Amino acid sequence: MIVLQQLINGVSLGSIYALIALGYTMVYGIVLLINFAHGDILMVGAYAAFFVLGAIGAGPVGMLVAFIVSMIICAGFGITIERLAYRPLRSAPRLNSLITAIAVSLILENGARVLPFIGPNPRQFPRPAVVNLQLGSLSISNIQIIVIVLSGLMMLGLNYIVNYTKRGKAMRAVSFDLGAASLMGISVNGIISFTFALGSILAAAGGVLYASAYPQVNPLMGMMPGLKAFVAAVLGGIGSIPGAMLGGFILGIAETFTKGFISSQFSDAISFGILIIVLLIKPTGILGKKLRIKV
Amino acid sequence: MKGKFPLRSTLILLIVGILAVILPLLLMKIGVLDAYTAHIITMGGVNAIMAMSVNMIVGITGQLSLGQAGFLAIGAYACIFFNLDMHLPLPLAAAFATVLTTFAGFLIGFPVLKLSGDYLAIVTLGFGEIIRVVFINIKPLTGGPNGRQFTTSMVLNGQLAFVIVTSVLIVVLALLQNFLRSTYGRAIMACREDEIAANSNGINIFRYKMIGFVIAAFIAGIGGSLYAMVVGFVKPDIAQFLRSIDFLIYVVLGGMGSMTGSILAAYVLTYLQEFLRFLQDYRLLIYPLILILVMLFRPQGLLGMKELSFVKLVNRLLARKSKVKGGAK
Repeated sequence: MIVLQQLINGVSLGSIYALIALGYTMVYGIVLLINFAHGDILMVGAYAAFFVLGAIGAGPVGMLVAFIVSMIICAGFGITIERLAYRPLRSAPRLNSLITAIAVSLILENGARVLPFIGPNPRQFPRPAVVNLQLGSLSISNIQIIVIVLSGLMMLGLNYIVNYTKRGKAMRAVSFDLGAASLMGISVNGIISFTFALGSILAAAGGVLYASAYPQVNPLMGMMPGLKAFVAAVLGGIGSIPGAMLGGFILGIAETFTKGFISSQFSDAISFGILIIVLLIKPTGILGKKLRIKV
Repeated sequence: MKGKFPLRSTLILLIVGILAVILPLLLMKIGVLDAYTAHIITMGGVNAIMAMSVNMIVGITGQLSLGQAGFLAIGAYACIFFNLDMHLPLPLAAAFATVLTTFAGFLIGFPVLKLSGDYLAIVTLGFGEIIRVVFINIKPLTGGPNGRQFTTSMVLNGQLAFVIVTSVLIVVLALLQNFLRSTYGRAIMACREDEIAANSNGINIFRYKMIGFVIAAFIAGIGGSLYAMVVGFVKPDIAQFLRSIDFLIYVVLGGMGSMTGSILAAYVLTYLQEFLRFLQDYRLLIYPLILILVMLFRPQGLLGMKELSFVKLVNRLLARKSKVKGGAK
């Protein structure tokens, strides 16, 4: 029974990781960039929701408005960051864009610390009242249900966009071969912006859900879930969308199991340990494609 | 020029090295440099050693490592362990700590170096985090999350700390520069330039990557023991990802592959951090902004791959003088 209970908690945490990991995976799949700032976009989303909920209260309407506002703001952030920091470096060596991504992440974190209306101190996140549903000896809270249902819906939506729309087809084409896609008349810059916006929207949703599950916001809150989600993306095979979901769930479940049965201190080490073991056995991740190197 | 004046080159470097230690020490003695500035310079030295360690991996071996602070933490804690728990004298404790860190580098290198590129970066990041969590959890040895006090003579005497750190820095730099010009060093750089070409020339890539990685761990071990000795207090947080990023920033700004460049960047940025204190939290924004600007406008770093060379400088000055005197070379 305890195992089942932890499984529920794990799926709930895992679906948040999966949402964030999707953003990493899509961006990596298209521009081969580890977007370290992705976790901080999550923080921006959580803060946006924090202010909206503070203004209109944490009812169902408030949550809906908070989701929409934070998604719009994060999409704007994602597009702007891509335009200003990453686009000029697209043809530069990979290490340069990686370091720029780290710098952007530092700017977002420290910028939030400096801004007077955010500040360095953690704050309580206003969330809807927690109601626990009892199913026999299992308990599941309304927040966990919201997290699982909403992230499931968003993943379905993403799946639809990527696989069944024209834009999604263009995205897949750009990810397959950027040069050839531009020769076929696809606006590569537009598609990359679109990808960043899509990833940031998912990160915003992940941020609001994360802040509702652990009701606190602070400027560094995006760092750990960001890293974990990235680990999830690599675990599942970076660049692969089902891989990111699978990785997110594996990581979330592994983490809650560690917290429940071993020690809450070790949960971070366990997730990185899993990553290292998986990469040693299958260097491109669980669902990753095999890399081919041309000589 | 190379091989023409080996004795003269050695002499010049020796003099420069001794001056680098003596001059600031004199300034400290007569009170021009206060204890605060002296401490900043000493910390700059420790950071410069770590910058060399990261540069060894990122610049010379060409592999991105985001977990170098983990090795710093291993070195620091091992130094404290050997000195306080095993009751070894301080220099011996530092030596043992360095050996232990090197061995840790060897062990971690085996699985890690099988990967490449972004995967290597994320796995080294993972190792850094694992080391941090492990240190938090072995309380009897590390004092848990609160860290451990380590009062040495170097904490109490700023001038002694400066002399030791700077001398170690110079010795490490000299050894490293010689190593990089040896067959091994050139083989490692060949792997960086083109793995396939190097392989087809009979270079065992994994072996040379490993040598580079182990040497980087060795230097980080030295840096870690010095850090523990100078700061006198170690928390598991020093293994944090952000600290590794700090070291990476020195290397990127100074120029990947340029040891002197990264040392210079380490000193300048360590000082800048203190100098900008009057800006309060805003200084945290300036740092990454500089980084982005350098990446946009000078992607190879301030010095690129070039090394600052005192030998060349002196030779050029001498050549100009003789030109003025004799009119010809």
